[in-house]
Amino acid sequence: MMEIGLNHYLVLSTILFAIGLIGVMRRKNLLLLFFATEILLNSVNIAFAAISHYYGDLTGQMFAFFVIAIAASEVAVGLGLLIVWHKRHSNINLDTLSTMKG
Amino acid sequence: MEKYLYIALFAPLVGSMFAALFGARPKTLIAGLVPSILLFVSLVASSILLVHILGGGEVVHVEMMTWMATGDLYIPFGFVVDQVSVTMMMVVTLVSTVVHFYAIGYMDHDKGFNRFFAWLSAFVFSMMILVMSDNFAGLFIGWEGVGLCSWGLIGFWYHKESATWAANEAFIMNRIADLGMLIGIFLVYWNTGTLQYAEAFAAMPALDSETLTWIGIFLFVGAMGKSAQFPLHTWLADAMEGPTPVSALIHAATMVTAGVYLVVRSNELYALIPHIGLFIASLGAFVAIFAASMALVNRDIKRVIAYSTLSQLGYMFAAAGLGAYWVALFHLMAHAFFKALLFLGAGNVMHAMHDELDPFKMGGLGKTMKGTMILMTLASVALAGIFPLAGFFSKDLILEVAFIDHHFIIYGVLLLTAGLTAFYSFRIIALIFHGEDRHTALGHHPHEAYTFMLWVMAPLAVLAVIAGALKGTYFEMVTAVLPATEYHVHSAAAYWTMTIGTQLFVLVAIYLAYKKYMSKDIKIPDGTSAMENSFGYKILKNQYYIPYFYEEYLVRPYRELSTILWKQVDMKVVDATVDGIAGIIHTTGVKTRDMQSGNLSTMLKWMVAGTIGMLSLAVVFGLAVRYSGEIKTILSGLGV
Amino acid sequence: MFEAIAFYLFSFLTILMFFITVTTSQALYALTALAAGMIFISAFFFILGAEFLGAIQIVVYSGAVMALYAFGMMFFDTTREVKEKQGNKYIVVGLSTLAAVLVVAIFAAPIVSDNITALYPMTEGVGNTQDVGMVLFTKYLVPFEVAAVMLLVAMIAGIVLAGKKMDLSLTLYSTAEIKDMKKDQEKKVLS
Repeated sequence: MMEIGLNHYLVLSTILFAIGLIGVMRRKNLLLLFFATEILLNSVNIAFAAISHYYGDLTGQMFAFFVIAIAASEVAVGLGLLIVWHKRHSNINLDTLSTMKG
Repeated sequence: MEKYLYIALFAPLVGSMFAALFGARPKTLIAGLVPSILLFVSLVASSILLVHILGGGEVVHVEMMTWMATGDLYIPFGFVVDQVSVTMMMVVTLVSTVVHFYAIGYMDHDKGFNRFFAWLSAFVFSMMILVMSDNFAGLFIGWEGVGLCSWGLIGFWYHKESATWAANEAFIMNRIADLGMLIGIFLVYWNTGTLQYAEAFAAMPALDSETLTWIGIFLFVGAMGKSAQFPLHTWLADAMEGPTPVSALIHAATMVTAGVYLVVRSNELYALIPHIGLFIASLGAFVAIFAASMALVNRDIKRVIAYSTLSQLGYMFAAAGLGAYWVALFHLMAHAFFKALLFLGAGNVMHAMHDELDPFKMGGLGKTMKGTMILMTLASVALAGIFPLAGFFSKDLILEVAFIDHHFIIYGVLLLTAGLTAFYSFRIIALIFHGEDRHTALGHHPHEAYTFMLWVMAPLAVLAVIAGALKGTYFEMVTAVLPATEYHVHSAAAYWTMTIGTQLFVLVAIYLAYKKYMSKDIKIPDGTSAMENSFGYKILKNQYYIPYFYEEYLVRPYRELSTILWKQVDMKVVDATVDGIAGIIHTTGVKTRDMQSGNLSTMLKWMVAGTIGMLSLAVVFGLAVRYSGEIKTILSGLGV
Repeated sequence: MFEAIAFYLFSFLTILMFFITVTTSQALYALTALAAGMIFISAFFFILGAEFLGAIQIVVYSGAVMALYAFGMMFFDTTREVKEKQGNKYIVVGLSTLAAVLVVAIFAAPIVSDNITALYPMTEGVGNTQDVGMVLFTKYLVPFEVAAVMLLVAMIAGIVLAGKKMDLSLTLYSTAEIKDMKKDQEKKVLS
């Protein structure tokens, strides 16, 4: 217990990922859904960093770096789209987002 | 000669199809005339064949076409005209022609005139197939055909519920017996490898007695249904719901004699199993007296005549059972003539009295219906067996057969029945035609039937009178195929005592009947007299409560069982299973439709579910790879 | 030992914060909890010796991304309580638990971990930032430049999507022309 190994970090990462999944499945407000997506990305980052540390490999950190970059751009574009949708429909409830039915 | 065979066989069919063309239209005379004429043509062809056979010509045997040739089974549509079948053909065509012409007059005002002739000619066609076929399969086709046409004709007035019920009863009872017959036919094929009469009967002596016994029993079960022997007899009395020409043709002369024909045709089989023959004879004797007793008190003239038919069928089976096949066939022939005549006369009476059936409500009709009275009296005299009419030569011969073979119980029973027969026949005659006029008070104004109908009945009357003279010629002809046992009583004294004693017994019975039923104070019984409430009367009136027994203990439980099987098994189990499968598929469809609802949240959930699925697969395959060695040993242990 | 204490403390806090993010009905609380969670995750990076990454996490995530979300929240006016019609929560919890269990099982199985060799090993005696820089600008140069382009594209996309009335270019007209245009607009509005 005292000795923190790779498995501890991986379990932590998994728990955070599960929390992120709960959020993704549960949230009906699109903005809050994005928050949950951020959680998912962060949990993966932890896993990458942990593996990189325990195997002495920098690849993990590089990957985490690029994940952060991508997450940032995703947020920008996502919010932009959300604004366009809001102008059309005046609400951002997920249940109304069903024009792709069938 | 073959062409006469085909003409005789197919002329009724052509007539039936012709009349069927007019089936839905109102009555047209031609729809009745053409079948009747075609039937007359068939009669002529049969007569030519008869002359041919009588003159010593060889038997006409044709094979029209192959029906089944599969593996070892070979069944052709084959027809044979030998001495036995030509006798039957003559009887059938003669009575049918008479009945057809009669029916033109009888069904004069009926809406279903055309349909009637279609059914009637179809019936004759089926009967011809039955008697002319040369193998058991063709016999069975004809058997079923007459059953079907009988159903259609008994239930001819299908608006009447009693008629449809009677038709169904007849058909179903026949069907039950047909099962037995089918088993018999299967046994014949199984043991002899063929269904042709000639080959099958030739192979039979080689079979063991038990097999032959079973074949004989099962074939006789079929005959029991068709010829209404006990216990499958209730349909015959109820079949009187049909029009009277139907009763005359089917239930006097032709269909009910099919059973006798079967036994006669299979005489080579029954000769090998005399114990079954004795059983048949005993059953026949029992039926004879059983039916005669029920006819004593019945108040429906057609039913009385129907019971009389049943009784005479018992006589025929008694003769056939005792090995006197030619005697049975001769009685069949004679009986057909006078019984048909009796029915047709009853038809005249019914028409005159507007379908009234109770003889107690008639009386004194002899004044207005002389012709019918003469004809019916002649028929009854023939039925009673008075010398020199036909009945004497055939019925008394059967009594002699029983006596000579030392079956004294059968002899006694048949003798008693002869007396009863005379009594109830003349009871009816007396009640209808003689005595006081009871019908005018009830508002009936009877008149005689159309003259041409009387003329049409005349040939039957003539034959009823002279048929006895044909016995010698008949014997010469038919013993070419049937065993030619001559029946002579040993001593002349015994013979004359027997004959004269029988005649006296019958005459006394007739006298008693006349005395009782011609007296001036016959009242219409209304249920209050002591006689009517006596035990014996009640039993006889209710047909020994046998129909009641069948209804309570056979029909009702069967119906309950059917309802249970329908409601509980069929609807709840079978239908539920099928509907359940469909329901499952439908519900699955409804539920999975949510996958495509366009709702992002749902799709996200499905995405996670899919991911889990793939993760599980990864775990499983990973474990399989890791432990592949151990898995292989386990599987080889199981034998894969 | 300090490592263990720090690990458990920060992991507890992170899980708590993210749990609040996904379950609370108040959007403001969710935002705040998310920001806090980001900071605690950077603590993990520092524990793991990835200082560069930790700094990047604070600057980019809790700084820029959270600011974006805050602006977004102001725009959508989700400071009130969010009413959400919930589906079957047992499915949700069940599915995610199952996913977690499976992933842990996969990681815990000693299939993968025995065969890993380092691709870009850390060099000793160098600080983490210098190390990262050395790998980033040599081995990962092309992805780096592409990431830069991508960020540029995202930025432009964000402006285009959210901007208003961009057919007119305010910088190319002189001040007098802009005043005239405004007067025309007001006239149209009044009439």
